[in-house]
Amino acid sequence: MASTETTKPSGAGREEPPSEDSTEQRSGNDLAGLEAGLDALESPTTATRTPFGRVLLGKAVPPLVAVALVIVLWQLAYSLNLKEDYQLPSPLQVGDAIRDLWLKGTLLDFVWTSVSRGLLGFVVAIAIGTPLGLLVAKVRFVRAAIGPILTGLQSLPSVAWVPAAIIWFGLTDSMIYAVVLLGAVPSIANGLVSGVDQVPPLYLRAGRVIGATGFAGVRHVLLPAALPGYLAGLKQGWAFSWRSLMAAEIIAHSPDLGAGLGQLLENGRTYQDMSMVLSAILLILVVGIAIDLLVFAPLERRVLRSRGLLVNR
Amino acid sequence: MSTTLLSTPADEQVEAGYAARISHVSKSFGKAGRQQLVLDDISVDVAPGEFVTLLGASGCGKSTLLNLVAGLDKPTSGTIDVPGGRAALMFQEHALFPWLTAGRNIELALKMRGLPKSERRQEAERLLELVRLGGAHGKRVHELSGGMRQRVALARALAQDSRLLLMDEPFAALDAITRDVLHEELTRVWSETKVSVLFVTHNVREAVRLAQRVVLLSSRPGRVAREWRVDIPQPRRIEDAAVANLSIEITEQLRGEIRRHGQH
Repeated sequence: MASTETTKPSGAGREEPPSEDSTEQRSGNDLAGLEAGLDALESPTTATRTPFGRVLLGKAVPPLVAVALVIVLWQLAYSLNLKEDYQLPSPLQVGDAIRDLWLKGTLLDFVWTSVSRGLLGFVVAIAIGTPLGLLVAKVRFVRAAIGPILTGLQSLPSVAWVPAAIIWFGLTDSMIYAVVLLGAVPSIANGLVSGVDQVPPLYLRAGRVIGATGFAGVRHVLLPAALPGYLAGLKQGWAFSWRSLMAAEIIAHSPDLGAGLGQLLENGRTYQDMSMVLSAILLILVVGIAIDLLVFAPLERRVLRSRGLLVNR
Repeated sequence: MSTTLLSTPADEQVEAGYAARISHVSKSFGKAGRQQLVLDDISVDVAPGEFVTLLGASGCGKSTLLNLVAGLDKPTSGTIDVPGGRAALMFQEHALFPWLTAGRNIELALKMRGLPKSERRQEAERLLELVRLGGAHGKRVHELSGGMRQRVALARALAQDSRLLLMDEPFAALDAITRDVLHEELTRVWSETKVSVLFVTHNVREAVRLAQRVVLLSSRPGRVAREWRVDIPQPRRIEDAAVANLSIEITEQLRGEIRRHGQH
């Protein structure tokens, strides 16, 4: 930076051509330069992205180690004959059971039957839970009337609805969807309610000042502001619909119903086939983890990062 | 408070002869019987293109008054007239929406104003240029410094195309250097846009630095205590002797107002 130049009142280091209106122009340029300098000094430094390999190493390796550890312990328990073989098969036997299902071509049928039911139920639950949550959040009478019931329903295990649903709908798909909805809708609605409750009042005032009132206010200010809480509710709603679905599938058996993972699990119990039971449990777990990892985690990360709420995690 | 399609806010203002008329406004809060009077018979006019600061200590109800002028609340008695409709309001916190970029924040205000979609982008760019944030359209709010956020907030307020800009201690949370720069910036934007400004502050020097007229409010309840016309030519600096001299005079009066509250 050693320079032969003499003093120059330039803050930004940019040279401007001289103009006629010198005093006015000069003070304006000085301000612009000063401002540019301040902006540069005060802007938060943007963190550089960590390389992909490092991310993979940091995020994928620990869970793999954990899974490997569980399998080793399992194998150890099997080798030590802690339980009879028919009660505790080895990891390899369970792997074989899953491979058999795959070779028979039924594995994907079981998974798809359950996943499609779960997703359809979840989508319908969103369609019902969202307006319901908005109503509870914004209308005082509705909140007083059904707010506590909704919170209570959330803690009611959805398996409790199965007998009632069977009596109402018989052993049909409607019965399964009824149980899924009763499980998922309260979570989704409650998530939206708490999302709306946590919206800083300043945003609502700012929205009103720029004229976003009524429906436009809900659409452009309230809902986007409540999005993080709403997403958390959706995530929980999915977990609840998946759990309710399994409860319904385990209990409800009928040739009319397609066979999902819950039915696979129940079949395993009937045949006293522990490998099948463990396979079904593993598959149920894997689907739950996969949906969270592939759908909710990226969505949540994106929302939080765009709002500056995520410090490189 | 109604706008017709044929007249612009500016026309209506010129016709009315004022940008805002606050006449005999009182405001009290609380239930009947235990009411607390916050504003007592306030009358202030803001002329078209005028820069007025409302100055007062805590409890003078200056923010309450701004909310009334902004239409966020209703006076208990008296009337407020803002020809040309809704006033723009800028808060102490930037109040920008974090789920939108700087540019989109401005575009939302333009959309609410009814500007067609094809023109919004360009108008947002123009407003960002006006506050010297030309390249910031795609920046997220958290990527901006405090001073830049307040400039985007100023651009968003200007996007409402209201001829009256209300400012509620917009620079109080900024550091001294940035505040100084934003004073210069606001003075420049004000003289370029000819918008009328009603600026609330508890900072005497800030009031004198910016305004053509300073209105001092007393506290509990808020009343107009005194007014000063500030004839010091712009561009001023907060360090100017003339600014300092008038500030001393106003501060004396303000301290007198505050002392009265300790006397019983």
